[in-house]
Amino acid sequence: MTGVPGVDAPVVPGVDAPVVHDVDAPMARGVDAPVAHDVAMPGAPRPWGPVATWTVRAMGVAAVVCTALTVWLGLWVTPPDAVQHDLVRLVYLHPPIAWVALYLAFGTAGLASVLWLWPRTRSALWDRLAAAAVEVGTVFTALTLVTGSIWGRPTWGVWWAWDARLTSTALLLVLQLGYLALRRVPGDPDTRARRCAVAALVTAADVPIVHFSVVWWRTLHQQATVLNANLSPTIHGSMAWTLLLGFVAVTLAFGWMLAVRYRIEALSAAAEEAELGAALAERRAEGLAVGSGAAPAGGPDTALLHGALATAGQPQATDAEALCPDAGHPVAVESDAGQPAAVRLGSAAAERAQ
Amino acid sequence: MWRDAALVAGKDLRIELRSRVVLHQVIPFGVLVLLLFALALGPDRRPMVQAAPGLFWVAVLFATVLAVQRSVAVESGDGVRDGLRVSGLDPAGVFLGKAAAIGAQLLALEVLLTGGVLVLYGAQVRSYGALLTSAVFATAGLAAAGTIYGTLSAGMRVRETLLPFLLLPVTAPVLLAGTRAWQVALGAGGSAGDPWVRLLVVFAAVYLALGVAMAGALQEAA
Repeated sequence: MTGVPGVDAPVVPGVDAPVVHDVDAPMARGVDAPVAHDVAMPGAPRPWGPVATWTVRAMGVAAVVCTALTVWLGLWVTPPDAVQHDLVRLVYLHPPIAWVALYLAFGTAGLASVLWLWPRTRSALWDRLAAAAVEVGTVFTALTLVTGSIWGRPTWGVWWAWDARLTSTALLLVLQLGYLALRRVPGDPDTRARRCAVAALVTAADVPIVHFSVVWWRTLHQQATVLNANLSPTIHGSMAWTLLLGFVAVTLAFGWMLAVRYRIEALSAAAEEAELGAALAERRAEGLAVGSGAAPAGGPDTALLHGALATAGQPQATDAEALCPDAGHPVAVESDAGQPAAVRLGSAAAERAQ
Repeated sequence: MWRDAALVAGKDLRIELRSRVVLHQVIPFGVLVLLLFALALGPDRRPMVQAAPGLFWVAVLFATVLAVQRSVAVESGDGVRDGLRVSGLDPAGVFLGKAAAIGAQLLALEVLLTGGVLVLYGAQVRSYGALLTSAVFATAGLAAAGTIYGTLSAGMRVRETLLPFLLLPVTAPVLLAGTRAWQVALGAGGSAGDPWVRLLVVFAAVYLALGVAMAGALQEAA
């Protein structure tokens, strides 16, 4: 309650003060106030705490540092290969990216989908994590194909070969794009989460079948070098360390992108809810104003607003636009001049009414 | 579950018998695809004989998308899906029934298309047994996967465009395995067809099992 009798204003958690027509209440935030991690939102589950923010920042910095080190080691320190010469330097990039795309991202998405479907662990968290993992994973899958293609042109003589791994990676990319397309289909969050989790699992079951069918179909890709049968690296010492660092760098970059993407997902969900709450509160306020006529609690300015609303017929649409800019700041009701919006609105509505 | 499956399959096939949408639209579409391929590959017979198995299965895949869309459209009317949900029928049974109806229609289509491949492309059958076994298992897999994705996309407005995009990449192994098995059966090259038939069996088993296991979740997700 924000002081207006009969209107239970904070309808939805996340909106702490949808003070639409109460001019006495302090306007909580200016237009620029972000609904972000460092702003306390009483009653709302905070999508992002300060510790998490710093962890993610540290991860981002570590990813940049590791990538820079990998670039330095890969381009200047390590020796060229006897057979592939400088081309071999792609080995510090291509396998790590492929590892992230084909195992890490896919594993995260699959696990998160299972955890969402399992009733005991069901939480919007898993749905968002799966979405973030597939989206970031799609980028890495595309990068795998691009770096592989760049490597393939000088070594195999072609940009693209219908080899088993290339073909199955390309099919995987299309499957991931399908999942992302499915996520874009509008619907309420719960239905979308269920739909996407089911689709992720049903599609994940296809991946091994695709893999084996394509392997039987054709193979000319070189065998894995680091993780061969007896797990003994078959490449030169400094190269092995650089490759290892490459894996760390790309994995960190993936983790960082995943976290940032997750946060965007969580914040946009919160913003959507907040907008809905603000719109609801507004409608209720209008209903109240039209229903009761004059004598509201907020003083002369509010009385003007209410009277204007009552006489103006239906100014809701324009008022809603003015009150609720769509950028997810539902409480941004302060006008540019620092004048309470209700007053401004009141006079605007009164002008229209005349 | 089995009784429910028979009921649903009977319902879908009866609707088809009365409306003849698959007969009058989907099957002619499959034949049309064969004709278009022939136009693309030129009047020379040799490349057509070589490509016949693959073209056959691509035509079947396209027709599968249409058949699945028809199967979903049958239930897109006012509250039909809700009616099905509250009817007390086992969701697994509904899944199996719809898959069976799609499978039956696809088999009919395949018989016709096989005739088309033999006549139009000049392919010759070397082993009817291998041809039939691989076709049956491939169809079971296509029908199962098609029903799963069809159910999933049933409630969406963008169903027509989304379904092929979701379904076709998933059925890529069926295309690969079906083509290889048919190459052997039609004598168009290749040696052992057995591993491919096994792959078709695995695909069909995986998707039938997934459909039965997740039927409830699928129905809720639509």
